[in-house]
Amino acid sequence: MMLTATAVALLCIQSLFVAAMLTGIYSLLSAALFVLLDAVDVAFTEAAVGAGITTVLFLGMLARIPSRPEQYRKLHLRVGPMLAVLITGAALIYATHDMPAFGDPKAPANVHVAPRYINDSAREVGPPNIVTSVLASYRGYDTLGEVTVIFTAGVGVLLLLGHRRRREDRDAP
Amino acid sequence: MHHNIIVREVANLFFPIIILFGLYVQFHGDFGPGGGFQAGVIIAVGIILYALVHGLDKTRRLIPEKAVRIGMSLGVLLYAGVGVVTLLLGAEFLNYNVLVANPLTGQHLGIFLIELGVGITVATVMVMIFYAFAGRGQE
Amino acid sequence: MSWLVHYNYWIVIVLMMIGLYLVMARHILPRKIIGLNVFQTSVFVLFISMGAVNDASAPILAEGITQYANPLPHVLILTAIVVGVSTTSLALALIVRINEAYGTIDEERIHQIDEED
Repeated sequence: MMLTATAVALLCIQSLFVAAMLTGIYSLLSAALFVLLDAVDVAFTEAAVGAGITTVLFLGMLARIPSRPEQYRKLHLRVGPMLAVLITGAALIYATHDMPAFGDPKAPANVHVAPRYINDSAREVGPPNIVTSVLASYRGYDTLGEVTVIFTAGVGVLLLLGHRRRREDRDAP
Repeated sequence: MHHNIIVREVANLFFPIIILFGLYVQFHGDFGPGGGFQAGVIIAVGIILYALVHGLDKTRRLIPEKAVRIGMSLGVLLYAGVGVVTLLLGAEFLNYNVLVANPLTGQHLGIFLIELGVGITVATVMVMIFYAFAGRGQE
Repeated sequence: MSWLVHYNYWIVIVLMMIGLYLVMARHILPRKIIGLNVFQTSVFVLFISMGAVNDASAPILAEGITQYANPLPHVLILTAIVVGVSTTSLALALIVRINEAYGTIDEERIHQIDEED
């Protein structure tokens, strides 16, 4: 509930600085929600990433951008996007009637491959933390791909922001 | 923030604790919640805290940018390297059973190395991104 | 109470639509990124809530526990969060560069400047 309230606040807030802070709060609340849903590993990551690093990066970006009056212009309701969003939302809510109920152990997502991970990972891989054994062993390919994406994003940021300053460093001494 | 003694001292107190906790999360990830992704992020947060309080120049002297760049590639190479080693040992890519004679020990070693690679990459990429953003304003 | 069993999806849909609206309706670029983040987190909540099982515990093997939450969505989302923050930082870096090149972060102003050239 509070998660939704924060998101609604994000809709109407005018100052970019406050909005950046609210995203931090939003992430922290979703981390709390993940703990309630038994996803401790995910909550751990979300708390460190969302509330820590994302907020710092947003502030770093805002510091590079001088504030201008046009950023504080009143936010008015846009009819076109609002209509599109309402129609999409209504269609999606209509579609949930065919979805499995919340917490159902017999939901399709929970009967396919998950029981094998839960029952056999101790014998086949070892670590008691099933998330770790799935992450690093059963789905090692996925994780390799994701590490590569992170690496590529880091290289991209370097390419975008790194070069000018380095040239000046060389001139400075 | 240089002149605020309370902020500086509290940050000094927390910096080693955060790094230690990050290492704990890294190497205890097999047993409790944790792993390379979380540990990398926590260590990066510790370094960013240090940089926020002591300034970017001091942090650059502590952790040179070149080392961070090397770390970025080293983590991915370590991960892919484990896969190549398993290939050379005659198994599938990233099948750790062949690393050591006992398959379970092999799995454990493989997961350990891979989580280390993930941790190094995530931590260094986050620090690098922070350096890039913060260094931009110093012109 | 049978009509309430899908409430997790409804929360996800509300969050998702707020994110979508922010992306579509705002023309200040950082606001679009914030909307994208809201949308992203709603997808995380969707996956994790699908993996949740009644009366289950966290997927860490221990004595005397028989019912565990589904570990697979946890793995997918765990990596997606870290990938998400690195792509967000890439977007923020792009905004900084756009601001340096155009002197504005307002999408409509950027289009105006492009047309004038």
